[in-house]
Amino acid sequence: MKLRKLTALAATTALCAPMAFAADMADEMTIVSWGGAYSNSQLKAYHEPYAEKTGVKIINDESSNEAVAKLRAMNEAGNVTWDVVDVVAADAMRLCDEGLAMEIDPDEHLAAAPDGTSAEEDFGELLVSDCFIPQIVYSTTFGYRTDLVGDTPPTSVCDVFDLEAYPGKRALEKRPINNMEWALLCDGVAKDEVYDVLETEEGQERALAKLDTIKDSVIWWSAGADTPQLLADGEVVMGSTYNGRLFSVIEEQDQPVAMLWDAQVFDLDGWIIPAGLSDERKARALDYIYFATDTQRLADQAKYISYGPARASSAPLVGKHAELGIEMAPHMPTDPANAQNTFLYNYEFWADYRDDIDAKFQAWLAK
Amino acid sequence: MSDTTQTGPVLAADGTPLKRSLARALRMQKMRALMLIAPLLVFILLTFILPIADMLFRSVENRIVSDTLSETVVTLKDWDALGDEAPGEAVYESLYYDLFVAAEAKEHTKLGTRLNYEETGISSLFRGSGRKVDDVGEDHVKAIERANDGALKDEALWFEIMTGGSSAEGNTGLLDAQRAKLSQLTGDSFAGDIGFVPGAEISALFPRMATAYTDFALFTAIAEEDVVAEEDPWETVFVAFATAVQSAGGAEKLASYTGPGAAELTAAAEALAELEPISFKAAFLDMDEDWGDLGNWRTIQTYSPNYTSGYFLNSIDMQKGPEGAEPRPENQQIYITLFQRTLVMSLVITGSCILLGYPVAWILANLPTRSANILMILVLLPFWTSLLVRTSAWKVMLQQQGVINDVLVWLGLVDDAARLVMINNQFGTIVAMTHILLPFMILPMYSVMQTINPSYLRAAKSLGATNWTAFWRVYFPQSVPGIGAGSILVFILAIGYYITPEIVGGTKGVFISNRIAYHISSSLNWGLAAALGSILLAVVLLLYWAYDKIVGIDNVKLG
Repeated sequence: MKLRKLTALAATTALCAPMAFAADMADEMTIVSWGGAYSNSQLKAYHEPYAEKTGVKIINDESSNEAVAKLRAMNEAGNVTWDVVDVVAADAMRLCDEGLAMEIDPDEHLAAAPDGTSAEEDFGELLVSDCFIPQIVYSTTFGYRTDLVGDTPPTSVCDVFDLEAYPGKRALEKRPINNMEWALLCDGVAKDEVYDVLETEEGQERALAKLDTIKDSVIWWSAGADTPQLLADGEVVMGSTYNGRLFSVIEEQDQPVAMLWDAQVFDLDGWIIPAGLSDERKARALDYIYFATDTQRLADQAKYISYGPARASSAPLVGKHAELGIEMAPHMPTDPANAQNTFLYNYEFWADYRDDIDAKFQAWLAK
Repeated sequence: MSDTTQTGPVLAADGTPLKRSLARALRMQKMRALMLIAPLLVFILLTFILPIADMLFRSVENRIVSDTLSETVVTLKDWDALGDEAPGEAVYESLYYDLFVAAEAKEHTKLGTRLNYEETGISSLFRGSGRKVDDVGEDHVKAIERANDGALKDEALWFEIMTGGSSAEGNTGLLDAQRAKLSQLTGDSFAGDIGFVPGAEISALFPRMATAYTDFALFTAIAEEDVVAEEDPWETVFVAFATAVQSAGGAEKLASYTGPGAAELTAAAEALAELEPISFKAAFLDMDEDWGDLGNWRTIQTYSPNYTSGYFLNSIDMQKGPEGAEPRPENQQIYITLFQRTLVMSLVITGSCILLGYPVAWILANLPTRSANILMILVLLPFWTSLLVRTSAWKVMLQQQGVINDVLVWLGLVDDAARLVMINNQFGTIVAMTHILLPFMILPMYSVMQTINPSYLRAAKSLGATNWTAFWRVYFPQSVPGIGAGSILVFILAIGYYITPEIVGGTKGVFISNRIAYHISSSLNWGLAAALGSILLAVVLLLYWAYDKIVGIDNVKLG
């Protein structure tokens, strides 16, 4: 009798505990992301199930491309209106450095993998900043027009620099990051020495000199949607952009475009929680993050967009595209067939050299 | 009758001098008028003028260095930046204490980001050192903790040593000074009771240790909301003690100390005797050899003052060196080019707007009202379309596989292999921006031309003038105020344009505003963005002034 009472009591406490906890959380939250197909994948994979589970009202904001500046302004004004923000890892590092994002202990705040592996181990090396919870691995890589390259489609990133074999315009991003690495790689620098070379004045000159050989044939893009558009219009023969954008040009819009995975640069995108939230909102944001970054949820997102989940344990769960019904695994940048020659965005290097090399790069562009 | 010939001031009915009474009545009126416009005035002040002034102020403000490294900047002042030796031990010692507190407050990375704008590599230097700074003097800290069977591991004992016991005289001056320093550093208030006052005796004997412990106490009690006496003191307290007793005269000082924990401290000092004194310089060089790099120290020294001309120098392709302003390396010069390009292209755009807009405005003004209204809608139509849509439409028109090229190829005017390049260059920017800004030129011209009496032209012709002479000598001079107004509008709008050049400008057709936007939203170098913005504002005001001198601002009419 006594035992039964005790179990009943334990059961009620167990039932009540999450509810009492929930009462201390805000019932509305603003989540900031990039918009478009990417936000849509998050809506389907995270927001809708989370809202269903908790009844929270989620407000979507599409300001991620100016998140760093806006968060700084909000912080200075003492009125942070965002609860969870989706940013690329380099921005997360800057927000962390500026004290604008909250530090998160993965093992304390994130779910462990289903087999019990701790979150820290599951994310592994992708935890590049103390404030950052990775969500997807995406890559910046080249796509090319299959009908404009003749019988020998490009196979190497250096074909971008080969104007004789592949005449026509190329689209490159209007910033030094990635372009400098590719230029050095194609100028004969070994892959593991690229950053050692790029650290030096001569190395930077060398990379710009290599870019100089194709400068007149380059259309510089600044928005991720530019290259897919330029490829679809036939304005460029090949161009760099995010792999998910190329996926939608190839598979969803059926354009004569193919992927050139060679020397793709991996980058991470994920969540940060702004510093200085009230306790209620912080609890809500952490609860959301715990839910949205577990193994299943990250795998679910890959049903809607071709970005690889950041957890090792999510990879085997990646299935088919929700609408097209095609297997998603071969379209992931992390798929072994695609990832034969890859780079990982060097966060430390670019945090240091970004301002300096950017000044040189812009001066070179303007010349 | 003698009392009517008064010599004093004229008085009003109530006996006050008329002058004053009148002034009061006028003042009341002025006040009432002011009250009426007050809402607008306050609104503009709060939402426009103050934020802009605050933003522009950032172009000279540079408190972050002296707030974060408050002691280092003082000791570094005497260092010879032009010599070839790194600073001495004293600078590294102050750096240790400054960096430790900054790292606890997580402010060091902000400073790293700030200084990285000037010297590449400082960002990771600060980030990395912030992680390692608590390892400085590790052996000494351990030795102190191990002495006396771990007596000095006791937080309560440290608390008693530092207060000097419950009845001891307190040093509130030190407490207030550190309070002020920490709130400067973090921007938060450190006011409030922390349950700790440093003892007067200990702060006189071991000032560095008392300062370190006071920082720790303030931080623990206010930022972390813990009880000071229950927390382990920072490593800085141990290091400060070790440095003090191992320096000259340290032993005597300790011997003269009679307060709480004297025996334990003496034992700890004996334990330290086996170790070499801490070398802060060696510790920092061990942390990261870049701490021996003269360039980094020069940058810190150059940017120590609270206000700097550095941002302004950067925005005219110069930089601040130890010997004053110097030109930037040639491969980094960009801003002067961009300013020139912005001005020249804005002038070209204004010119093409005049050429295209003048005939349209003339037709509008001379048509019967009904047809003029329909034409007017065509002029205003672009106003009702989103700027981005209009710009993107130009992309479709101008690109190599675009509408214009397709038509030209179809007509056989251009070879398919040699399609014209009309976008992603200056031409694209000029075309798109002329189209976008055209209504701002046509509208003021139109309203001025409407007021020109057609009988003047008829009179000129009846007096024998040709069509051209009548237009050039009679009509045109009267329409100049409209051109002036339109030109000022278009030019000032063009000079600050950014989204259109970004989309259609490629590399040669971008404006200075694109760099300002980059520094605001991407590199977060708000100081430089503010300096560039201030220069742009000054240039516009200067041109406005010149315009006023040459043409006269009275000659500008909007209708």
